[in-house]
Amino acid sequence: MSVPTDLRYTKDHEWVRVDGDEATVGITAYAADQLGDIVFVELPDTGRTVDQFAAFGVVESVKAVSDLFAPVSGEVIEGNAALAGSPELVNTSPYDDGWMVRVRVAEPAQLDDLLDADAYDALIAAG
Amino acid sequence: MLEALGLTSVDQLFEDIPPALRATRLDLPEPEPELHLAARLSALAARNLTDLASFLGAGVYRHWSPPAVDQMLLRGEWYTAYTPYQPEISQGTLQSIYEYESLLAELVGLDVVSASHYEGAAATAEAALMTCRATRRDRVLVSRAVHPHYRETLRTYFGGDLELEEVPLVGDGDAAGTTDLAALERLLGDTARPVAGVIAAQPNFLGLLEPMPAIGELAHAAGALFVAVVEPVSLAVLAPPGEYGADIAAGEGQPLGIAPQYGGPYLGILACTDALVRQIPGRLVGLTTDLDGQRAFVMTMRAREQDIRRDKAASNICTNQALLALAASVYLATIGPHGLRDVASLGAARASELEQALAAVGVPRVHTGPYLNEFAVRVPDAPAVHRRLLDRGVLAGLVLAEAEPDDPSLADGLLVCATEVTTAEEIALFADALGEVLGGRPPTAVEAGAGSDRRIAAGGVR
Repeated sequence: MSVPTDLRYTKDHEWVRVDGDEATVGITAYAADQLGDIVFVELPDTGRTVDQFAAFGVVESVKAVSDLFAPVSGEVIEGNAALAGSPELVNTSPYDDGWMVRVRVAEPAQLDDLLDADAYDALIAAG
Repeated sequence: MLEALGLTSVDQLFEDIPPALRATRLDLPEPEPELHLAARLSALAARNLTDLASFLGAGVYRHWSPPAVDQMLLRGEWYTAYTPYQPEISQGTLQSIYEYESLLAELVGLDVVSASHYEGAAATAEAALMTCRATRRDRVLVSRAVHPHYRETLRTYFGGDLELEEVPLVGDGDAAGTTDLAALERLLGDTARPVAGVIAAQPNFLGLLEPMPAIGELAHAAGALFVAVVEPVSLAVLAPPGEYGADIAAGEGQPLGIAPQYGGPYLGILACTDALVRQIPGRLVGLTTDLDGQRAFVMTMRAREQDIRRDKAASNICTNQALLALAASVYLATIGPHGLRDVASLGAARASELEQALAAVGVPRVHTGPYLNEFAVRVPDAPAVHRRLLDRGVLAGLVLAEAEPDDPSLADGLLVCATEVTTAEEIALFADALGEVLGGRPPTAVEAGAGSDRRIAAGGVR
């Protein structure tokens, strides 16, 4: 199973889709699978600044509670309100309906610090 | 094994401990037959005063406990059971905790109750930390009318980056002894240092009733959470925290059928609104159905506990006061809501009689505001009066100068309380003895000698 090639990835299994100066962030299918059934996602408030690779939220499953790390720095434009009532969207549609936050990108060059699809696939394969 | 470790002696494993702190032989007498030893220990215990007319409260209260409480606790299944680490196998244990949580939720009027904490002070400190985590602020205000021991525990927990500040009390007038609302508003108004939580007690340490709704409103207006420190029996007659906008409630569960003992073990109550369910530390038991559709109790939100979440967990706590929580549940179930109301009302009535009896011998209250079953009175040279009353078989409450040495308005204060177990005879004994002591009769040589020899115990009912 390969990851979408139009996205970039962090070593902590977050993905980012960039559209102009807006970035949409979520976690990969691999991460959702490892976590198990997601029961709760804690997202930052709109307007909060997130820093690249710093924790910006929390994802909770029945067996673990993990921090979410921002792939890029910027200001939070929107959190996915649907996750409050349907956290399982992260499991069923990790790259689409299960998106977590949209961020206004502060430094586009930060994308170069991220993994592309091949590099991320290799990371998962290595275990 | 020493060989595998490359050592020659077990002592080498303890080399990190400074020599001055290492254990040496204990200086104990020779072993004795069990009967002799039992007699020796009984004689030691007999030096405690257990038949005083006790008017001591200050956070720990004597109540009658139905025999059912002890009978349940002594059962082996409860008495020696430890916190379950494969909890779902221990359905009975989980059910007992779930019932405790449910009873307390009803009592405090809040949505979520933890399985319990060490005691009231620890629960209050955890509540304070909750406010910081939930608001992402690091300054907490605590009323000076919260129990001094609780404030000391808060200071211990608040080392490092967190800031704890005390809110002063009103100095005079009818609101004297309660939290100064104007001062609170000023402290909350410092926008450069936003407040995470405001903590106040109901009744407060001096026995007085606080304007809790007003304190809550001030806290919320500044974006802070409101923590109410409560005494559980009083909730049968006072508005519970859930009704006046508290986000978190903490308190001491000892009054719920647990004897004063000698300071513990006690029961830390912690409860919160649903919005804070992911911030509350401690274990939580929930109810669900299993694969066969049968009712099943589970330990829920486990992933947030310290053994899984580690340094990001809400607290290092991984257990609860299970036996004491059971005692509280059995007490509440046996006494029932009407019984609990009677306990609280009778205590209030006795306290009122006590106030009148003491006033009749020239000892009025320090404050004039409303109280439930505890209040402060002023006597000249309170420590000496307290000692002389002890010689006459009366434990005249708490010498306030010892609990609050920095408050000159409480010098020469005695904090006294009455509960449903206080008798008219005891009140008469207290008033008569006090009248005698204040009347200037000097103590006899016998009294003076006997007083220095004794130790004080919190007089138990059973």
